[in-house]
Amino acid sequence: MSILMWTWIIVGLTFALYIGIAIWSRASSTGEFYVASKQVHPIANGMATGADWMSAASFISMAGLISFIGRDGAVYLMGWTGGYVLLALLLAPYLRKFGKYTVPEFVGERYYSDVARIVAVICAIFVSFTYVAGQMRGVGIVFSRFLEVDITSGVIIGVGIVFFYAVLGGMKGITYTQVAQYCVLIVAYLIPAIFISILVTGNPIPQLGFGSTESATGTYLLDKLDNLHEALGFAAYTAGTKSTIDVFFITAALMVGTAGLPHVIIRFFTVPKVADARKSAGWALFFIAILYTTAPAVAAFARTNMITTLNDKPYASAPSWFKNWEETKLIAWTDKNDDGIMQLRGKNAPDGLENELKVDRDIMVLANPEIAQLPNWVVALVAAGGLAAALSTAAGLLLVISTSVSHDLLKSVMMRDMDEKKELVAARIAAGFAVAIAGYFGINPPGFVAQVVAFAFGLAASSFFPIIILGIFSKKVNKEGAIAGMLSGIIFTAAYIIYFKFVNPGANNPSNWWFGISPEGIGTLGMLLNFIVTLVVTKFTPAPPEHIQHLVENVRVPKELEAS
Amino acid sequence: MATKENLAAYWKTNLKYLSILLSIWFIVSYGCGILFVDALDTIPLFGFKLGFWFAQQGSEIIFVILIFVYVNWMNKLDQKYGVAED
Repeated sequence: MSILMWTWIIVGLTFALYIGIAIWSRASSTGEFYVASKQVHPIANGMATGADWMSAASFISMAGLISFIGRDGAVYLMGWTGGYVLLALLLAPYLRKFGKYTVPEFVGERYYSDVARIVAVICAIFVSFTYVAGQMRGVGIVFSRFLEVDITSGVIIGVGIVFFYAVLGGMKGITYTQVAQYCVLIVAYLIPAIFISILVTGNPIPQLGFGSTESATGTYLLDKLDNLHEALGFAAYTAGTKSTIDVFFITAALMVGTAGLPHVIIRFFTVPKVADARKSAGWALFFIAILYTTAPAVAAFARTNMITTLNDKPYASAPSWFKNWEETKLIAWTDKNDDGIMQLRGKNAPDGLENELKVDRDIMVLANPEIAQLPNWVVALVAAGGLAAALSTAAGLLLVISTSVSHDLLKSVMMRDMDEKKELVAARIAAGFAVAIAGYFGINPPGFVAQVVAFAFGLAASSFFPIIILGIFSKKVNKEGAIAGMLSGIIFTAAYIIYFKFVNPGANNPSNWWFGISPEGIGTLGMLLNFIVTLVVTKFTPAPPEHIQHLVENVRVPKELEAS
Repeated sequence: MATKENLAAYWKTNLKYLSILLSIWFIVSYGCGILFVDALDTIPLFGFKLGFWFAQQGSEIIFVILIFVYVNWMNKLDQKYGVAED
């Protein structure tokens, strides 16, 4: 059977599964819509969190990105996993104990202030929209490459599916579809990785194969890759090129940003108990780490394969996958010296030749099964996996947006007397609108989608993280401190990123950065600023009221304390 | 019974656990994977350089272990101070 047939069958089956789950798990109350009635098993929630978290970028782009930047790729690997340690130890159990529906709700109540709540709502909506546009685009791209429909139709199909199960099922529907989507995406990621690991090193476990010797030559894979890189004028694969301070700050911004992302935090509101929230964070990271420890292995295998199968080979005898993917323009060859041979070179190639190959990073995962000559159904599975990753993340984000509108703005601030039935209708309408807007941005992507990823993490790191932590670990921090801290953190971070990404992109290089910190890492500085401003302002303004002290004491222990 | 002194002791122990676990979290990622990565890279671990391994594999694996250790410690602590949920 052809790849196209297989892809339609596998994608069709997975979509039917998602729709079936949505019908089975319709939400009938706001509790079900917002937090799945807090009845999700911690292991199921761990899987759902894994799918919620791992986006089209993790699935499609990350391994390719690492294969191009080598050791520095660790900023993503450590940054996007280390945040879960912070989440498990510092946030999840306490926020679960607090027991409400949203992050802005915690901020609003702990800081006894609607202003604080609204600032938090705006941050949550902005961060989530930034993210969701990229997911919808990812859906469109997978459709167009694997199913040969145009991007617009692809986005519309994706929007339709998400609309169906997010609007119908709310958090309950999303949770169980995410569990299914995790299974699809992890199988789709591991099968090609295991095959390739066996082909290259004879070891079926990619995490070990990556540190083993190549079967064909008996040299260690990473040593071989370093040698290939140096011979072609690239920096050694296992050596870094970014400055230590920048690597440090980017990693910290990604970690803290992860821990502050509302769509991740709310997943921990869905489990029955505080002890389950802790456990669930452990399972979530376990499920995520399966993919995140496989990705660097895929990166190294793919990089080696790429160099050995293409470099210095005549174009006339290029492998068939090369010609297939050339049509998508993800890979391109220009014969600069007219010798009919494809040269892959770094900046300072020892033989002085120019680079002739342009390779898009996404191809490393998408074309990997074809490069390794795996069966057609494996290629189809990768398409289904990419869609699962994009759809699951999109649904989680859309839920945050709809909850922010229906619960935090309408119910808590603007229409306090709204009954539950109306609130549920409002939540569904908000979810519908959010899906439509996300779909619009998927079809007409603003040119800056790639640029704003730094924004989402930077803003989450510099706004939510410090004030949630302080709200739990200090009884003294007050609303004046929290509002001033959030605003200074966000404004500082946004200004730095906007300046270097939009106002003056020409100046975006290490010599102009403060302390050598790139816009990707500036959220860490914004977070520190937020901490400092919050604490200083708190010192000079009135202490929080008595009942807040009790609220803080109560969130610190799993058991409900009696009011004193 | 959850008396005021008990709750204070519970919280103090929790903070101690957090500082132990977060120190390890910091050392394996920011320490071994970033600040001292070049020094550790002179040590081989099978086909890996040690610093590279910490950055791309070891940190991620140790993070998972840290959370499960925390879960275990806190469950015992909840029992000891009688603050576990029913």
